[in-house]
Amino acid sequence: MKAEKSIEITLPTPQSSAMQSVFTGPVYVVRDNIDTDQIIPAQYLNLVPTIAEEYEKLGSYALCGLPDELYPERFVREGQLDSDYAIVVAGRNFGCGSSREHAPIAMGSANGRIVVAESFARIFFRNCVSTGELYPCESAERLCDILKTGDIVTVDLDASTVTVNATGVKHPFKPLGDVRPVVDAGGLFNYARQTGMISK
Amino acid sequence: MTLTEKILARASGKARVQAGDNIWVKADVLMTHDVCGPGTIGVFKREFGATAKVWDRNRIVIIPDHYIFTSDSKSNRNVDILREFVKEQDITYFYDIIDDPSGKWVFDASKGLLKRQFGSRYAGVCHAALPQKGHTRPGEVLFGTDSHTCMAGAFNQFATGIGNTDAGFVMGTGKLLLKVPETMHFRLEGALQPGVMAKDIILHCIGEIGFDGATYRALQFDGAGATGLSMDDRMTIANMAIEAGGKNGIFEYDGQTKAFVDHRCKLNGTRADYQPVERDQDETFVYEKTIDLSLLEPTVACHPDPGQRKLARELGNIKLDRAYMGSCTGGKTSDFLEFARLLNGKRVVIDTFGVPATPEIAHDLQTARWGDKTVWQILLDAGVQMTENAGCSACLGGPVDTFGRMNAPLKCISATNRNFPGRMGHKDSQVFLASPATVAASALAGKITDPREYLPS
Repeated sequence: MKAEKSIEITLPTPQSSAMQSVFTGPVYVVRDNIDTDQIIPAQYLNLVPTIAEEYEKLGSYALCGLPDELYPERFVREGQLDSDYAIVVAGRNFGCGSSREHAPIAMGSANGRIVVAESFARIFFRNCVSTGELYPCESAERLCDILKTGDIVTVDLDASTVTVNATGVKHPFKPLGDVRPVVDAGGLFNYARQTGMISK
Repeated sequence: MTLTEKILARASGKARVQAGDNIWVKADVLMTHDVCGPGTIGVFKREFGATAKVWDRNRIVIIPDHYIFTSDSKSNRNVDILREFVKEQDITYFYDIIDDPSGKWVFDASKGLLKRQFGSRYAGVCHAALPQKGHTRPGEVLFGTDSHTCMAGAFNQFATGIGNTDAGFVMGTGKLLLKVPETMHFRLEGALQPGVMAKDIILHCIGEIGFDGATYRALQFDGAGATGLSMDDRMTIANMAIEAGGKNGIFEYDGQTKAFVDHRCKLNGTRADYQPVERDQDETFVYEKTIDLSLLEPTVACHPDPGQRKLARELGNIKLDRAYMGSCTGGKTSDFLEFARLLNGKRVVIDTFGVPATPEIAHDLQTARWGDKTVWQILLDAGVQMTENAGCSACLGGPVDTFGRMNAPLKCISATNRNFPGRMGHKDSQVFLASPATVAASALAGKITDPREYLPS
């Protein structure tokens, strides 16, 4: 699958998830309208996601555009490549702004797996799915008002619920439906190959 | 069907589609640039193989424009990746920064940021360059790896922004799976008053529905008020459909559309066969609004998002640090002419930056004369820092050495299209979106100012 090009493009294959359906861990909570500049500030768009080391580097900047005073706890700690938070909880319109695929990729590269938001911007949602980097889950409730960063939750993709571990309270989200197998497969191309839509 | 549905039906080979249908759509043009092009090429090669060929070398348009005039070595390299790919695939439309097809792009910081550093083919901001270079055609489907691709909806086409993976798929197959969006209908009536511009129309509309009010939806603009708008004005409006979350914005086809498109296709020798779409009797809309343009006033979208609508006259207590003119939305010739009309013979009191969207626009301003001065000179005399290096520049921040970038927590009034936190650089800076006229008046007063106070008689 590697391309031999005169310019040094080394190509990571999208990571295929092991069909994990239950995720437990601390959540990182953000508010409404987190746009792509806050997810990955434009100055880092010089990094090309299909170059392996630049893919890694993108992860280190994930959500670094969030204002410090509103988000004193950072998604990725200074000097780290990965986040301690596989699950992000957000308000309305998460991922609005640009079409940059660097946004879901940065979060996925930092080991983010799931975003549970009240709503998503269109292109970001689609980019989550086509890259297979993140499961974009839409919750009916405003979980960003209920949870705070560091709370431990369990997300069950089969049951479409977020359970707060401390209280056992379950919050449902909209089933992922057709989106789920595409993200499970590691993105659009892998899914299309697995299902015979395109040749291997 | 609505205008959007009619185009998507045709592009999917169906007699009829409706909102919510998932359909495979044929692309007429795929556009990419230096920020998302290298990643798109990476996806294409990873998925289709190192020796794969693109689906149609005449339908991929590559326009470096984002991070060009910077010493950032990765950004310079990204333009080289595009050039290498264009050579390998023999792609017809590549608007390179340099003329040597075997060269490497290196920005020379010692020459400064103001003097021209591009070759004969460079075309500037992709969304403004596409129509100028004859790549926008009524009735067509345009995909671009940039959210403001929706600007081409001004030309009665379906145009939308997509990510690298989707673009890599289109590059290999010429097709994409899309959901047909619901359409929101804005009927424009009447004409704008002096000092009120197309930017005020779209800021007003976004304020009406909220900056996520059009998520997954098409915005259709029509009516006598739309017919009365210039192509530049229609582009300003369609460009910002995405700022309400929209999938696309679209205008009707008329004599102005035809004249513009035919002229540009002829001038550039591009394909000129196209079939516009016209309105049906049986359109289904999820939202309808009639807007009397004569009632609109100069409008501002305040920090921190494009939906924070206020009238310029209500904001006079907001002091500014700088003003910025430029971008696809606000850096066209007509934008600069209105900007210059207010600044003519006066002097700005805050740092003011001007970045034409394309080299052609810079040329227009350097050759248009008012009295014994060029418009360019009038702007320089007014204290505006004008660069010949057309491009996206500080509209989206970019590398730290980008012209006009906010590297400190400043307040800026800007003719650009987006103002989420950090958009133009420093994450604690604030951006207020406004028309070129409002930017001019505010640059003269040093605070947000209604341009009607400064209109020349």
